[in-house]
Amino acid sequence: MNKFLGYLIVLAISLAAPLFIYPVFLMKLLCFALFASAFNLILGYGGLLSFGHAAFFGGAAYISGHALKVWGLPTELGILVGALSAGVLGLAIGTLAIRRQGIYFAMITLAMAQMAYFVFISSPFTGGENGLQGVPRGMALGMIDLTNDRSMYYFVLAICLAGFLLIARAVHSPFGQVLSAIRDNEDRARSLGYDIERYKLLAFVLSATLAGLAGATKTVVFQLASLTDAHWHMSGEVVLMTLLGGLGTIAGPAVGAGIIVTLQNYLASGPLAAWVPVVLGVIFVACVLSFRRGVVGELREFLRRSF
Amino acid sequence: MLTDLLGFPPQVLFGQLLLGLINGAFYAVLSLGLAVIFGLLNIVNFAHGALYMLGAFATLGLTQYLGIGYWGALIFAPLIVGAIGVGLERVLLRRLSGIDHLYGLLLTFGLALVIEGTFVKLFGASGIPYPTPEALQGGVNLGFMFLPFYRGWVVVASLAVCVATWYLFERTKIGAYLRAGTENPRLLQAFGVNVPLLTTLAYGYGVALAAFAGVLAAPITQVNPLMGSNLIIVVFAVVVIGGMGSIMGAVVTGLSMGVIEGLTKVFWPEASSTVIFVVMAIVLVLRPAGLFGKPA
Repeated sequence: MNKFLGYLIVLAISLAAPLFIYPVFLMKLLCFALFASAFNLILGYGGLLSFGHAAFFGGAAYISGHALKVWGLPTELGILVGALSAGVLGLAIGTLAIRRQGIYFAMITLAMAQMAYFVFISSPFTGGENGLQGVPRGMALGMIDLTNDRSMYYFVLAICLAGFLLIARAVHSPFGQVLSAIRDNEDRARSLGYDIERYKLLAFVLSATLAGLAGATKTVVFQLASLTDAHWHMSGEVVLMTLLGGLGTIAGPAVGAGIIVTLQNYLASGPLAAWVPVVLGVIFVACVLSFRRGVVGELREFLRRSF
Repeated sequence: MLTDLLGFPPQVLFGQLLLGLINGAFYAVLSLGLAVIFGLLNIVNFAHGALYMLGAFATLGLTQYLGIGYWGALIFAPLIVGAIGVGLERVLLRRLSGIDHLYGLLLTFGLALVIEGTFVKLFGASGIPYPTPEALQGGVNLGFMFLPFYRGWVVVASLAVCVATWYLFERTKIGAYLRAGTENPRLLQAFGVNVPLLTTLAYGYGVALAAFAGVLAAPITQVNPLMGSNLIIVVFAVVVIGGMGSIMGAVVTGLSMGVIEGLTKVFWPEASSTVIFVVMAIVLVLRPAGLFGKPA
């Protein structure tokens, strides 16, 4: 009952938010919250550190941008095409990466994402350094004009909520439980008869698809897909968001994304603009050294100890 | 004169082969440093590229402010950066012993962001040229290609450092300790060896290797705050291909990947930036543990 009330409050806040806060900023926040939550599925629940999620985020951004701008697909379909192509890319990279564990997994995903990055740079359809600009927002369901920021916000909110619900459902399903079991003790899960490679791969593909959904939605919001989306700095940022918010918690990645995006926005207009990577790096180091449970994880621990 | 080989003038072919060998030499030295660090700390040093860049900047700084030229920098820059590495290990990395290895990767990733971000802010993202040392200017015409002395020197010096590292690890007392520390640190400590000190030294040595590569690179690639940031990802792929098990494995894999990359530049230039990743994918399919790795 308490949880239900919590969800209701979050829903009410997100419905009312564009009345008080600039909608484009909120949409950016939502997209990154979905991106980080998708990433958390593989790192927090699967225990696999992917350092290549920018490839899915950026890849879907390009594909859906191309689908909307050049093929002229309806907005929903364009986003879907982007997300699904990220899933296919995830299947390819995941199949290779799950052949190794631990740090090798991280290095392989990083290397494969870098390869995708080079492909994006040299493919003519991505617009190279300029990016893919002027992607039309179009109409939602053929009738709601998305050029209006506020309508666009509710469209994005609907997509991201669907994504969050899917993630929460996956985590609490038997599939999610097996995934956590594999994370905690791979050999034991294997001895219980689970085909752990298939579980890992499925989790990876699901995570990649949802990361792609976030990337594709972001393209529609900003009407732009660029190399920044696919660069390995982006892979690092999503790791940081998840870690800062709390690994393996449902709300953590969204909180982490909120903090980082707000911080970036705040710093970008101040004298510290050029220091953003340094600030992120310092937060990274501080998190790893003394804050490994993340904001939500620490909060949960604090509540458990005091009550 | 040699006639064209496979339709390519030999100048082009051997020129790219030499460039490939040079890149391969950098891959070898950097992946060797990663392997040394991984052996004792169980950490993949994401800051390796940033420390390589620090080596190049140390060279620049030594020349500009202390009047120490290239040859002095070849010794002092690795020492300085190695000392920085020792500091990093003592203050930061040490606290991570005993927890999941992934946190080491994340911590060093953060360090790389801090170091590179600071240098971009201070020096801009464009390169600062560093002159080739006088003794190595010019080159010699070998008939089938022109060999600049400095490029030949880079390959020779890198190989010399790799061989020296191999000797240190396989033929000396301290190398025996280091190998024992890789194998079973607790048992080694029980024999009265100061393992924490050994770990610090290993990190310092791995980092010094990276800095040494940075000094060698300074006259070739210019000194650029981001010179290590894309390189390190390629080196990771090289490490996945070779496995971090053996010193010779790292050297052989590094050099051959450089050569493959160089040859790809001749035959299919568009693919040259991705070929090493493709090789990695193929190796993962055929031999998941890596060419020189032991199957888990």
